[in-house]
Amino acid sequence: MASPRRPVIVAGLRTPFARSGTVLKDVTAVQLARRVAQELLERTALDGREVDEVAFGQVVQSVLAPNVAREVSLLPQLPRTVPAFSLNRACASAGQAISYAADQITLGHADVVLAGGVESLSDIPILHSRRMTQILLEASKAKSLGQRVGAFLKVRPKDLIPVSPAIAEPSTGESMGQSAEKMAKENGISREAQDRLALMSHHRAAAATQSGRFAEEIAPWFGGRGMDDVVTTDNLIRADTSLEQLAKLKPVFDRRYGSVTAGNASPLTDGAAICLVMNEEKARALGYRPLAAVRSYAVAAVDPGWQLLMGPAYAVPKALDRAGITWKELGLVEIHEAFASQVLSNAQAWASKEWATKLGRPAPVGEVDWERTNVHGGSIAIGHPFGATGARIATTLANEMVKRDVQFGLISICAQGGMGFAMVLERA
Amino acid sequence: MTALTTTRHGTTAVLSLDLPGEPVNKLNAQVKDEFDAALTRLRDDAGVEAVVIISGKADNFIAGADIEEFTRLSTREEFTRLSREGQEMLQRLDDFPKPVVCAINGACLGGGLELALACDWRVASDHPKTQLGLPEVQLGLLPGAGGCQRLPRLIGLSAALGIIMPGKTEIAYKAFKLGMVDELVPKAILLDTALAAAERLVAAGAPARPVRRAKKGGLVGAIFDRSWPGRQFVYWKARKDTLKKSGGHYPAPLAALEAVRAGLERGMTTGLRVEHEKFGELAATDVSRTLIGIFFATTALKKDDGLPPGATATPRPVERMAVIGSGFMGAGIAGTAVSTAGIDVRVRDTELARVGKGLKAATDILAGRLKRRRITRFEFDRLAALLSGGTDFAAFSRADLVIEAVFEDLEVKRKVLAETEAATPATTIFATNTSTIPITEIAARAARPGNVLGIHFFSPVDRMPLLEVIPTAQTSPDTIASAVQFGRRIGKTVIVVRDRPGFWVNRILIPYMNEAGQLFAEGVPMELLDRLMTRFGFPVGPITLLDEVGLDVGAKAGKVMHQAFGDRLKPSDLIEKLLADQRMGRKNGRGFYLYHKGQKTGPDETVYDLLGLKPRAPADTTETGQRLVYSMLNEAAMAMGEGVVRSPRDGDIGAIFGIGYPPFRGGPLRYIDHLGAAQVVEVLRALAAKHGDRFTPCDTLVRMAEAGGRFYPV
Repeated sequence: MASPRRPVIVAGLRTPFARSGTVLKDVTAVQLARRVAQELLERTALDGREVDEVAFGQVVQSVLAPNVAREVSLLPQLPRTVPAFSLNRACASAGQAISYAADQITLGHADVVLAGGVESLSDIPILHSRRMTQILLEASKAKSLGQRVGAFLKVRPKDLIPVSPAIAEPSTGESMGQSAEKMAKENGISREAQDRLALMSHHRAAAATQSGRFAEEIAPWFGGRGMDDVVTTDNLIRADTSLEQLAKLKPVFDRRYGSVTAGNASPLTDGAAICLVMNEEKARALGYRPLAAVRSYAVAAVDPGWQLLMGPAYAVPKALDRAGITWKELGLVEIHEAFASQVLSNAQAWASKEWATKLGRPAPVGEVDWERTNVHGGSIAIGHPFGATGARIATTLANEMVKRDVQFGLISICAQGGMGFAMVLERA
Repeated sequence: MTALTTTRHGTTAVLSLDLPGEPVNKLNAQVKDEFDAALTRLRDDAGVEAVVIISGKADNFIAGADIEEFTRLSTREEFTRLSREGQEMLQRLDDFPKPVVCAINGACLGGGLELALACDWRVASDHPKTQLGLPEVQLGLLPGAGGCQRLPRLIGLSAALGIIMPGKTEIAYKAFKLGMVDELVPKAILLDTALAAAERLVAAGAPARPVRRAKKGGLVGAIFDRSWPGRQFVYWKARKDTLKKSGGHYPAPLAALEAVRAGLERGMTTGLRVEHEKFGELAATDVSRTLIGIFFATTALKKDDGLPPGATATPRPVERMAVIGSGFMGAGIAGTAVSTAGIDVRVRDTELARVGKGLKAATDILAGRLKRRRITRFEFDRLAALLSGGTDFAAFSRADLVIEAVFEDLEVKRKVLAETEAATPATTIFATNTSTIPITEIAARAARPGNVLGIHFFSPVDRMPLLEVIPTAQTSPDTIASAVQFGRRIGKTVIVVRDRPGFWVNRILIPYMNEAGQLFAEGVPMELLDRLMTRFGFPVGPITLLDEVGLDVGAKAGKVMHQAFGDRLKPSDLIEKLLADQRMGRKNGRGFYLYHKGQKTGPDETVYDLLGLKPRAPADTTETGQRLVYSMLNEAAMAMGEGVVRSPRDGDIGAIFGIGYPPFRGGPLRYIDHLGAAQVVEVLRALAAKHGDRFTPCDTLVRMAEAGGRFYPV
């Protein structure tokens, strides 16, 4: 009998993550995605003819290149015949791309998949108002100069105000930050606890940058007119920040009673990340040493009107059950830090008996051990390009599992729309 | 087998040309006969209302006249007749009583374009291989089948001279813009469009001529081409510019100008007469015969696998390569490989900022092609993504070829070779782009010496057409053949040369440059030295060349040659003094000449003061010129005798493409044949008696002089 198919992560790579509007502001999402894929192919020396499919996540898609994955699969290193699709599971998009790759491999539909994600919040579509759009459409269909002039005569000054996408729930109108604020209050997460998490995130990420640990996961960006302004590190990490400095920041979403600040939330970020996912047998046949296998994953959703970012509280126990393991067996945990209050709310739920009862489980899911969690910091410090974060986390976790010789690792990601995503990796 | 086949599409006859057994269509005697017969038949066939001419080849329309046929003729009268017959045939096509449409896909050159011009309507495909032009002048000829008459009438005088006089070829888009073709369509609907055009012309009332484009020649045309005084200015200017460029060595452009002028000012009949008379004159000249000889030599070189006699090999195609060292040369190699052959190139250097700079310089080569519309925006994006780089050996494990272009230092190069061998599979070829270090030395400690050889690029890489491939005694035939094939794929003319100091090009150049230095040190003014050699036919003189190459580079090469060959090749010591004065040449704006914003403005007189020289032109410059020219001739003969190049053909092509040796002289070895070895030896002996042993004629020349030998058979 043929050996069972097993999806493994062979390698991962990302661009430097940069605060939106800074070093990557003149770069499109397509350029970021192609650059990271190109460098991954070069570094792994993978023959492009081996690639079966490309899946890429992007949350705020470009109107001009809506299928960024296809732009990646049209890289000259790949045959033009590699199919590709882009997907949107909000902040879990790249995680979703990896789980899709795993599924395709398990099903036997593919042996080699490039799975990643990208976001450029410096390159978001700015739209015309609805009325302006109608006027422009009417003008473009005009058959005479008179009709065209007529259409434009309807323009009023307020029609000219552009519309840009907001990070708010379409179903509730509540912004992500407002949700995080609500969760802090309802779950009793203190400002200090949030700031401490942020501080840990920055210090750990700074250490990983200084030691060169991140360098192996970052494709240098050759920027500037002369391409000699080379960006090799993330520009959001603050090695020198302190609790005092974080405490000085004013709450953003509730100025009087709030606790969520720019310091304990993830910033708007540009960047791309990618993982090379293969069937284990194929990987070994090509001479690769896989980092980790995808053991299980799960997605869950909650009512966005309740606590928007509590999805992982549901998704994580599901993924652990599917993996057939318990929380205690996890050697490493990576939790996406959208907001410190969200991370701590989820951690509280996993540890609580009431939550276990609510889920109909005999015991709590597990207690977060911070020595084994986000060991190189998280999205608060490193940044959070929505579509890319999942692949950034998977890469760091898979590499770290090898370095620490850990059997199981967990990924937890909260996403817009009340969704949660979790994935269990296992040493390959 | 016939070349022409006729098929019928309704009342339109489609004449398809597919010369049997040839990769491209050429106009030879057979084609002309079949063409005439077909035209007569179609004229008399009442069922045929229109004709479409198309090519049966996949990506070639008609590459031009069959040059091989030219070599069988010798007298002026024979060539004149050849031209007149061509004119008459195309006149019959022009006078054909039914509409004729030409459907062009692929190269449409020389006689091919002249044929198209004699049709009533031209449709071209927008395929990149579709290029139209009249390159005759480059072979020392002129468009002799009515091209000098019909092109100016179609697109205006100024635009036509812009094509005919330099012997230029335009891509389809440009040809369409100029009005050389009437419609530009995708290849897939080329025939359909031509058939539709034929129907339209029939409906308009055959044999009515289609309306010529009103905008002929654009604004320039309106101002100059359509008035008598305007045209006089255009003739005067064209003549002046050409003389300036050709130095009067090339009669063809001016003869073509005469043919155009006669036609426009004195009518078509006179024009055609001047055209075929001038054609006959030109074709019988040495210049044309020499240029045609070079054409055949380059064509033959393109089929040469570069192997020693009797050896066979299987060349390995280069899909991916790595370039070590991202400086000017490395970046040039990377950019050229990407833009010409779409090769995946990984650039490596010691610092990321240097890598980035190199990637930018390589991308700029692509950007230049985009700007000149050689590639589209989309192709640019695709090709640019083939360039990547880093400081490690990532991606080397899948490189078919690694080229190093690092600092010229033996130990550095050996280290790079060792590192590359450790990072690459057993099949990877390692090429060093050294110009001064023996390849054998670099390869001495190689683990896989069979995979090591030299590939010597010239600067700027994307523009210089020559490549020297230098195998060592250990290099395997597969490696040689792969390197030669790679060089050809990136658009270069490749010669395989022996691993001797200076290889071929620098070997023959250095004595000439040394002599220029010597003459300068004797007080001969720099501009005189340069002028003497541009008059001889070089594109630039030796002093300007030294400024262009860089004094540091020149000095280094000179030293290496001095070490290798002794005092015969001792460089003048004034270069060192100039270098001490921070004079590097054009690159730092300080050399022999003055530069203002990158433009040469004139001699820098302070150079003379610096060296304590009093510049004074010699009364008789004949000997000055001889000292320059003959030093190169002597070295070329000597190197040829040592087997540095495999044949006189390779040597002459190398000199022409590598240093701009005057093409009409056919190269230094051909020129020795032209002068006669005995004569060359005599001049050299006289120079040696007066100026020293460096002029002593080499054994090869002396033997040839005694035995009446030649490099080429008569």
